[in-house]
Amino acid sequence: MVVRTDINKQDGAPELRVRARLLYVILILALLGLTTRLAFLQIIQGERYTFLSENNRVRIKRIPGTRGMVLDRQGQLLIDSRPSFDLLFVPEDSEEPEKTLRLLARYLGRDDQELLTVLEENKKRPAFEELVLGRDVDWSTVVAVEAHQLDLPGVTLRTRPRRSYVQGPVSAHVLGYMGEIGLRQLKVLKDQGYVVGDEIGQYGLERRWEEILRGQSGGQQVEVDALGRRVRVLHEVPDVPGYTVHLTLDRELQETAFEALNGKEGTIVALDVNSGAILAMVSTPAFDPNVFARGIKAEEWRDLVKDRLRPLSNRATQGQYPPGSTFKIIMTIAGLEEGVLQPEARIFDPGYYYFGNRAFRDWKKEGHGSVDLHKAIVQSCDVYFYQLGPRIGVDRIAKWARAFGLGEKSGVALDDERSGTVPDSDWKRKKYRQPWYPGETVSISIGQGYLTVTPLQLANMMAAVANGGTLYRPRIVSKVESVDGATVREYGPEKIRTIELKPTTLERIHEALADVVKEAGGTGGAARSTLVEIAGKTGTAQVVEMKGGYVKTEQLAYFNRDHAWFVSYAPVQNPQIAVVVLVEHGGHGGDAAAPLAKKVIEKYIALQNRPAGTQQVRAEGENRAN
Amino acid sequence: MQIDRRLISHFDWTLFLLSLIFVFIGVMTIYSANYNITEGHAGGLPSRQLIWLGFGLIAMLTAIAFDYHHIDRIAYPFYGIVLLLLILVLVIGHSGGGSQRWINLGFFRLQPSEPAKIAIVLMMAKYLQDDEPPRGYRLRDIWLPFALVGPLVVLTLVQPDLGTAIILGIVFLSMLLIGGLRLRSFLYLVGAGLALLPVGWHFLKSYQRARILTFLDPDRDPLGAGYHVIQSKIAIGSGRLFGKGYLHGTQNRLDFLPAQHTDFIFAVFSEEWGFVGCLVLLLLYVIMIAYCLRLMQRAKDRFGGLLVFGMVAIFFWHVVINVAMVSGIMPVVGVPLPMVSYGGSALASMMFAIGVMINVSMRRYIF
Repeated sequence: MVVRTDINKQDGAPELRVRARLLYVILILALLGLTTRLAFLQIIQGERYTFLSENNRVRIKRIPGTRGMVLDRQGQLLIDSRPSFDLLFVPEDSEEPEKTLRLLARYLGRDDQELLTVLEENKKRPAFEELVLGRDVDWSTVVAVEAHQLDLPGVTLRTRPRRSYVQGPVSAHVLGYMGEIGLRQLKVLKDQGYVVGDEIGQYGLERRWEEILRGQSGGQQVEVDALGRRVRVLHEVPDVPGYTVHLTLDRELQETAFEALNGKEGTIVALDVNSGAILAMVSTPAFDPNVFARGIKAEEWRDLVKDRLRPLSNRATQGQYPPGSTFKIIMTIAGLEEGVLQPEARIFDPGYYYFGNRAFRDWKKEGHGSVDLHKAIVQSCDVYFYQLGPRIGVDRIAKWARAFGLGEKSGVALDDERSGTVPDSDWKRKKYRQPWYPGETVSISIGQGYLTVTPLQLANMMAAVANGGTLYRPRIVSKVESVDGATVREYGPEKIRTIELKPTTLERIHEALADVVKEAGGTGGAARSTLVEIAGKTGTAQVVEMKGGYVKTEQLAYFNRDHAWFVSYAPVQNPQIAVVVLVEHGGHGGDAAAPLAKKVIEKYIALQNRPAGTQQVRAEGENRAN
Repeated sequence: MQIDRRLISHFDWTLFLLSLIFVFIGVMTIYSANYNITEGHAGGLPSRQLIWLGFGLIAMLTAIAFDYHHIDRIAYPFYGIVLLLLILVLVIGHSGGGSQRWINLGFFRLQPSEPAKIAIVLMMAKYLQDDEPPRGYRLRDIWLPFALVGPLVVLTLVQPDLGTAIILGIVFLSMLLIGGLRLRSFLYLVGAGLALLPVGWHFLKSYQRARILTFLDPDRDPLGAGYHVIQSKIAIGSGRLFGKGYLHGTQNRLDFLPAQHTDFIFAVFSEEWGFVGCLVLLLLYVIMIAYCLRLMQRAKDRFGGLLVFGMVAIFFWHVVINVAMVSGIMPVVGVPLPMVSYGGSALASMMFAIGVMINVSMRRYIF
């Protein structure tokens, strides 16, 4: 390209010259405009701004919105927000911060080093920021600070609502806990108005339903005097309380389930079989969420995390266990529906089953003798199902297991749910790059091998068996309400799928499960109740493989002992509730788990007839909200 | 390249010295903004700004070294490089303060939206250099500049950097107007812009909306965005007539401003130097701009005149928007105070702009 050096243009551009005259005018106008503004700020209002700047008198007081309450299905309180006081200190408001803190320590009878450490640790933060000297301080501290306010410049109290978990550890895993927002969380959530020091749901319902429960913080822009006392409010934004959340849980049923598991590690899940509503979900050992609410100490946290019994894990949704003999329910349904199983045909069980060159033992050393389907379920005959498994084939077994929701997350509105594993030949090829060996199907037939489930999945399976084949999504929240009682959202039953089952299949399985509890020789005799007829199935999940022969539970090292299962529903006629009990390292399901299921079911039946007086608690809760 | 001796004698010392004065004021104020009373120093930022000044001088010399008529050839390649960098910044860019604006070059984080301002001026000067149509440009005559500038503005908006996007748009419009856009076409543009406002609103980030709403109604968010403006006004206002004295500002020490050594540096300056200081600083800007306008009038040709106008328009709009925003008569959008605010890319771009103007100034006597 040729560079343009146009000889004609040597005079410049006259049109630009003309237009530029206007530009001078614009320039002068802009100068005048900005100067006027500066004169207004610096000369006319200079005194006022000097006053404001001299003592840095404008402060932000943030008032977090009261977090929503959580109620059970009867409207009884599960989580309340009670008022509490935090002790704060603004170093800048005190001429001699260290002296003030020493004085404060004397008034409170506390060690002054402790308070001075707080000051030292936060040295790098701007001096006008509040330091938290103590959270949820006791009443005598409040009184002492109020009484000596004049000697303690910069020391203030802040009221803030504090979470109170009414039942302590009982529903800990479902309700979860709160904690100070982490730096990484803060980065993500900054746009949503979180600031350093905010409490945020860190686990369970508190975390998953954070947005609903949270509310909106308000605050004040205030002018303070040299002692940090409020002179006047410049601006105010009201806080908005969070929504009230109604759960499907029953507080009293939770209590019963928790007591039943007392001293054991395990979990109990109870579902409404006709809606998927979770009536009870407890996991032990538990922790007390109130400890988090008052500010957990480092060593307490360390103890919780390091505990070998994993108190922070919700075994109902996060524990993955082999289902053991409870899986025989799926085996029976698969066998009958696929037409492989002749229910009346008998086989002989000598106490072992040879597949290839390997012997699979029955749990009963001497065998069950001549066995048909009914007896195989009632007495939990392993050999019967060993020989059935390879005939159905692992892929068809997996298909039916998945139909009942095993191997997939149930989608309950709680965090970190696990899916368990339902293996089939595809799965094994992908995971291990190996073909499926038929011998592995034999293990699957009694719920061992690669197969794992969560207790919630088994409960949901049991509910679908009880209601004739409808798989509901387990629900924990039934309703969200604003503080004034208006319904914001409601959560009704949600069908995952309807499983097509022959009436004869259902009839046989219902009858057999009832007889597991009722019939002499049934493995679930310990669940027999005089109040209500219960149907169920026991299970014993092996933790380590027994090569050496039969060993009594007591002889095994604790962490090698079998897990005990009992899956059940009741009443047998017209089922309402499905209950699953898992006791880790409890030994046999019939002994260790079945009695606990019975307790929960009996409590449920008793609650059905409960007097109307319990509604009073609800009214009390509402008053607090207002 | 052979340098004509006449060029050296015609070097524009006025412009050069004026620009050094601004950098001096800038480094001084950056020092104060970062000054830590207890530790007695201000950290590394002031000296880093001096390093950027070094880069800026190189950029300026580059802009002076060749005859500005060669810009005609580099305008489009320069545009292309800037466009690529802006796309690159979205892909591998470095985030800071919630937006993605920088490309990390190891020793230096390049902010391509700064040279984008220069690119628009070079491109528009090239496009508009021929004699304008008798009754001015109609919109249909100038579709190409729109097609070229549009992507730059959009890419800057999505970073998101609302302030730079506004500068890009307003410099573009200024050049169109000075280059001979018909008044009626301009009114069409304004009308279309107003009609598109709701659409644009939709694309803004929540914090940008918050700032604009806060400006329209300061009571809306007194705890967040509104707080910063309040504190900035306190800083300026408390400077009063003569200021609190250098290093004696109190507001800036409280870290109340999100960008006290960049976009809010004028507040720091005002607090310490007062109304008189502000007036001197503003007058310096006015002198420089007026000097450049004079230069534009005396440029040898239309191309040179348009180049000077574009560069001075960048200056003008930066000063007006920055001071208006810091003193609370405009919403807070991120626009630096030219040559004074901390920032390498901005300083180098501004020095380059001044270099271009010196170039035009030097060669106005040469035929």
